[in-house]
Amino acid sequence: MVDKIPILKMGKFLLLSIQVDMHDQLAMDLQEDLTHQIVLHRSKGVLIDISSLDIVDSFIGRMLSHIAHVSRILDAKIIVVGMQPAVAITLVELGLSLDGIATALNVEKGMRRLEQMVEDDLSLELESGEDRDFSAEAGD
Amino acid sequence: MGKTEIFPLKQETDIVIVRQRVRKAAEAVRLGLVSQTKIVTAASEIARNALIYGGGGECVIEETTKDGRGAVRLVISDQGEGIANLDRAMVDGYTSGSGMGLGLGGAKRLVDQFAIESQPGQGTRIELWKWR
Repeated sequence: MVDKIPILKMGKFLLLSIQVDMHDQLAMDLQEDLTHQIVLHRSKGVLIDISSLDIVDSFIGRMLSHIAHVSRILDAKIIVVGMQPAVAITLVELGLSLDGIATALNVEKGMRRLEQMVEDDLSLELESGEDRDFSAEAGD
Repeated sequence: MGKTEIFPLKQETDIVIVRQRVRKAAEAVRLGLVSQTKIVTAASEIARNALIYGGGGECVIEETTKDGRGAVRLVISDQGEGIANLDRAMVDGYTSGSGMGLGLGGAKRLVDQFAIESQPGQGTRIELWKWR
């Protein structure tokens, strides 16, 4: 069995595609590895492609939620792309809502959305920066 | 009659094997894709319970029929501590461990027929059916 899921760095983003039937330890290793890489590369976003996953059970769902929460704390955006329709239907019936996880239909849309989310964040930071400049001038 | 296979649930990777075999059986009796996904997901939940809470067990996978329709029947059993309060264990959000407590109730919703037998000290036996 596969013992590691590769994480690719692309600019300020990390990409990973889960293409194997994950056993639980593999899922836990992935969480840890991804968290480590986000910090190492100061990544602004992570795209997770699950189009090859033919089921998402509560364990994998929990892993995805956990990754999303940890990433948010580390100031990285997460997007999950490519969920198969049958998997989505099953998830809802199982009772998993994947709250707080952004999703997109495919990698292309997901990448655009991720770039948008990061840009929005940047422009917010810029705006608040300008505010400070104004008030500084006004004070002078 | 269809074929019956028994798989051990002794380690995490056995859950993956059970998922793959349940998928094969579901395809063999020609369940639709959504039904296949549901029974495989239910099997994954229950098999993990048997491994984590039941200390391991086994999974019987049977390709059979129900009222003339193709069906998959699973029996997942363990010799663990059993479940003291079955009603409570079936409620979403209830967990005795660190999980989300969606396993039993969630698995029940995913299948067409669900039966559970468990007594403290006697292990747990869960039967799952999904048919066309």
